Amino acid sequence: MYVAVKGGEAAIDHAHRLLADRRRGDRTVPAITEAQITEQLSLAVDRVMAEASLYDPGLAALAIRQARGDMIEAIFILRAYRTTLPRFGSSQPLDTRHMRIERRISATYKDLPGGQLLGPTFDYTHRLIDPDLVGDPEVPEPARRDGGLDNIARVADILDGESLIETEADADIVPGDITREPSEFPMSRPERLQSLARGDEGFLLALAYSTQRGYGRSHPFVGEIRIGLAEVEIDVPELGVAVTLGEVRITECQMVNQFKGTADKPPQFTRGYGLVFGQSERKAMAMSLCDRALRAAEYGEEIVAPAQDEEFVISHCDNVQATGFVEHLKLPHYVDFQAELGLVRRLRTAWEERGVLLEDDDSEAPLGEAAQ
Amino acid sequence: MNGVAYNFAYLDEQTKRMIRRAILKAIAIPGYQVPFAAREMPMPYGWGTGGVQVTAAIIGPNDRLKVIDQGADDTTNAVSIRAFFRKVTNVAVTTHTGDATIIQTRHRIPEQPLAAGQILVYQVPIPEPLRFLEPRETETRVMHGLEDYGLMHVKLYEDIAHHGRIATAYAYPVKVADRYVMDPSPIPKFDNPKMHMSPALQLFGAGREKRIYAVPPYTEVKSLDFEDHPFEIQTFDQPCALCGARNVYLDEVILDDRGGRMFVCSDTDGCDSRRPTTNDQPEARS
Repeated sequence: MYVAVKGGEAAIDHAHRLLADRRRGDRTVPAITEAQITEQLSLAVDRVMAEASLYDPGLAALAIRQARGDMIEAIFILRAYRTTLPRFGSSQPLDTRHMRIERRISATYKDLPGGQLLGPTFDYTHRLIDPDLVGDPEVPEPARRDGGLDNIARVADILDGESLIETEADADIVPGDITREPSEFPMSRPERLQSLARGDEGFLLALAYSTQRGYGRSHPFVGEIRIGLAEVEIDVPELGVAVTLGEVRITECQMVNQFKGTADKPPQFTRGYGLVFGQSERKAMAMSLCDRALRAAEYGEEIVAPAQDEEFVISHCDNVQATGFVEHLKLPHYVDFQAELGLVRRLRTAWEERGVLLEDDDSEAPLGEAAQ
Repeated sequence: MNGVAYNFAYLDEQTKRMIRRAILKAIAIPGYQVPFAAREMPMPYGWGTGGVQVTAAIIGPNDRLKVIDQGADDTTNAVSIRAFFRKVTNVAVTTHTGDATIIQTRHRIPEQPLAAGQILVYQVPIPEPLRFLEPRETETRVMHGLEDYGLMHVKLYEDIAHHGRIATAYAYPVKVADRYVMDPSPIPKFDNPKMHMSPALQLFGAGREKRIYAVPPYTEVKSLDFEDHPFEIQTFDQPCALCGARNVYLDEVILDDRGGRMFVCSDTDGCDSRRPTTNDQPEARS
């Protein structure tokens, strides 16, 4: 007798067991540790923390291991954990002027107060695959210098002094939280920035790239990129003072964009802003280009390109949502497919009946007409 | 994550309250899509996170839960969601439609008529019935506000003009309580009439799209149509090959590569209940 080809609990159990086996791989190769991942694959850890919106390198490393290195799966695992955490309060805004800087560059000035600090960058490496890395070669300690890197003026503040760039006053509003409240379009800029900060790096990169190729051009300059450790402070009403919780590594990008001005506003530079957990210039830069593109309406610019379209960008930038919905197509759809199957069969029957009628008409057509 | 303890039904109580408020609003405005702050769930978006959140918000220790996908209790995703709730709530689960207090479903309404007191929770992929006619949320919300459903009628009319009939076989749009046009989720239109004046409460959860909507008990649900092209449901030429039932929705099962096929009940519980022997039942009907 026919038995339905449907999975049961046993099938799922076996699949999970096989997954665990594949995750571990060859048992004669030592298992990778979370510490190895946080120390030696730290940019992967950074990406998972950024797009999961949870700063916890240890858990991010565990998620990467659990996901067999599938980044979006790791982001998903960490987010699903984050959503169960209680919310105690909100931190003070991070003071990026006083962050401990590891890298800081500006493309708008040759030299500037605080200098250009290259930091741990791939930028000027030659991308030649390096056989010397095989094994565990000795690595020299980095050169160090003491202090002086925790109070460096931001380029945007320098431009601000001349009123050449739009001012960004403290709006004195409590920003919404896209993870706790349903957001509606049009979004406020804080909510939009939250969405972009956890948005997919690849998606935002492609959109940012499209603005450079004419789809929503914004004449961008990298005013500044800074990477380093910023203190997180929280107000404790009982104590009457802000208490430092710790430091987080962040990447901040201030993009400076051209704006011709209007009848109301003098010509000045405008801003695109990017801020992400960890070290990720690509993401921070892409975010700032997208942020600026999405401000088109604010400046009365014509909205013609995908990167300027808030609903399009925000609705599709979340890779956990996107991967879930795309991959749900592998769930059974046979009820709906059956409905379509029945419909297509009926439409075909109708089509064939019409075809038969037409052939009959042809055969009965007067010869005279055919001759014409 | 050893030592991580989860609340009853996974979600914390504040989140459940938030979802319940959205559900109450949805019940008060039948067919209206209420935005809610959907959470990340430990299963992927598109796999029932909206339905799971609704169920998690309403389930209590004394409930009996049934989970179906494509009408069946033993499809992998139904098994997975049922296992999830058994793990995080320890409530009783059942496959019998009549015994369940909450039925979470994907793509079907059970064949056995539901009773007062039962709750049917639908998993919804795209809650907006106008989405494929107008991609922008800002636009569709205005259209609902103005009860401007002309676009939908034009679409249905164009179907008739092109194909001689309305070419929508599932997720067939309905009008609820003579006000909101609503997506019944991708159930076959065969199931649409079961929504009308149902004694059960029908809740719809869309996690990725962050919307909840509802059809309260004994509410009018009308499938959109025209006077000269009245709504009609699918019919099948033959009965179920296993239980002999007629007037139920059937799955087509391919038997070989020579065109052999059979038609069997999509609703496995209904099918099992009509068959005298239980030997060849699929496994794991716990």
